[in-house]
Amino acid sequence: MSATPLIRILGLRKGFTKGKETIKVFDGLDLSISAGDFAAVMGPSGSGKTTLLNLLGGIDRPDAGEIEVAGHRIETLSEGDLARWRAANIGFIFQFYNLMQMLTAAQNVELPLLLTHLNKTQRRKSVEATLEIVKLADRATHYPREMSGGQQQRVAIARAIVSDPKLLLCDEPTGDLDRATADEILEMLQILNRELNKTIIMVTHDPAAAKYARRTLHLDKGQFASGELEA
Amino acid sequence: MNELTLIRKNLLRKKVRAGLMLVSIIVAFAIFGVLAGFERAFNGIRDAVDDDRLIVVNKLSFTRSMPLAHYSAVRSIEGVRKATYLSWFAGYYQQPANPINVFAVEPETWTDINENYYDFPPAMRQAFIRNRTGALVGEMMARKWGWKVGDRIPITSNIFAQKNGSKTWDVTIDGTFTARRQGFDSNLMIFQWDYFNESRTLGKDLVLWIPVKTTGVAINDAVAQAIDDRFVNSSNETSTDTDKAFRTAFAAQFGNIALVVKLVIGTAFLTLLMIVGNTMMMAVRERRREIAVLKTLGFSSGRVLRLVLSESVLLALIGGLPGLGIAALLTWYLRDTRISNSFPGITISPEIALVAISLMVCFGVAAGLLPALNAWRDKIVEGLGRG
Repeated sequence: MSATPLIRILGLRKGFTKGKETIKVFDGLDLSISAGDFAAVMGPSGSGKTTLLNLLGGIDRPDAGEIEVAGHRIETLSEGDLARWRAANIGFIFQFYNLMQMLTAAQNVELPLLLTHLNKTQRRKSVEATLEIVKLADRATHYPREMSGGQQQRVAIARAIVSDPKLLLCDEPTGDLDRATADEILEMLQILNRELNKTIIMVTHDPAAAKYARRTLHLDKGQFASGELEA
Repeated sequence: MNELTLIRKNLLRKKVRAGLMLVSIIVAFAIFGVLAGFERAFNGIRDAVDDDRLIVVNKLSFTRSMPLAHYSAVRSIEGVRKATYLSWFAGYYQQPANPINVFAVEPETWTDINENYYDFPPAMRQAFIRNRTGALVGEMMARKWGWKVGDRIPITSNIFAQKNGSKTWDVTIDGTFTARRQGFDSNLMIFQWDYFNESRTLGKDLVLWIPVKTTGVAINDAVAQAIDDRFVNSSNETSTDTDKAFRTAFAAQFGNIALVVKLVIGTAFLTLLMIVGNTMMMAVRERRREIAVLKTLGFSSGRVLRLVLSESVLLALIGGLPGLGIAALLTWYLRDTRISNSFPGITISPEIALVAISLMVCFGVAAGLLPALNAWRDKIVEGLGRG
């Protein structure tokens, strides 16, 4: 694992307004994650796990502080630049897969490639190769409704990695799966981390899932437990 | 796959809903096309007539005849360069269900005064003038009934009868003619007024209209006034107007109906816009999570807006183009019916098609604008937060 920091968060503040009340999720959070790391983020509900993932992925904005990912201060980017940055650098994996039901597995995987300059043939080859990696080459023309939960999550993983992003952000990726299928998915994430050198941050409630990570960060009341701030 | 695939798949994901919307749009554009065809035919013939042309009709009603003697009097009025006369035959071919547009005309002057509108080759014209039972048939009518030069055709009148009780006159086709100008079509037959007049029992020696050409547009009003003055206080006073004004007034009978139909169609379009817009809004709301996922993958808000708008425009085009096709078929069919007597040359012209396609695009944009704006401004975290 490289020691180069891929993610650096400094003095992060984020709150939500609920009625007249402002709830502070982060009030000066610091974090550094090295390239090639596989970190599990655990913590009770409301501790800010998903909010942290959203901020790292540039789909939510901080109130204050700095977020540097892969050399970009993403809190300073415009909406358009942020969208381009996400397309090039981030792969998202959700708990409920979030596949397009009217598209086949291959078409779902191809979606991020529509934002690239690849031509049709190049896109097709990339999709085929990626479906090979997640062992779903024989399911390319199947629709999500024709696949099991585990298979759908593997399609979602293929979609997340097809454009070769540096960072994978996984929000409870096994939360909707049985143990055996969850283990398959986690092994796949482990392979992506070890063999393809993807940096992975995985939010989970499941201690068994966290064991697949290189390390576990415990988030509580908007702060990491001491000694876990640096990779 | 490309973005069009994505748009198409989104559009057709709920087939019944999409189908119902498409049917509504098809019907709306079919009606629009036919109506536009009618309007064009209306305006076409009005715009196509010569400015130096007047028409003399009975002051009581343009459907009431006048004595033939009026024709000679009109010809003698200063400023009248040419004149002719005609009677309406109210005819059909073989059975009343086959109405045909037939006029009994004075052959020499009628073909002369209408030479700008129809093409009468000299040999054909002379044959018609010489043949007392002759007739000239427009190319469209001849094609419809399969008539050829030399054919002897029985034409029957709904109104007029001969002395022997028959309502049928046999005519021989001396030739077929074509229209020279847009706005005139050739679904028309003319035969000799003398042949018609000598044997009819009703309206003998009466003519319906007296078309006139003046020596110049500038004196139209003076000539018209002189003609009407000539017959003032007679038992058959006249009303003379320019052919353009006459046709405009004639069209105005339908004009109010056309206005009503236009209002109905306008209302229908507005209602359709609201229904399609609302349905698009619902469809986009249902896809809020998917839109958030697209944005998460890196689709910009502008790109998402374009996707939704394109979907709406595609819907309008998929529905509108077949609708326009149906309108073209309908107008093509109507050209061979009695409706074409009042609306000659009814068709879906390239201009109408262009207006309709522009309307489809505008309709699509209007129906998709609000849902597209919603999709554009929707925050990713809020979209992902919804199941």
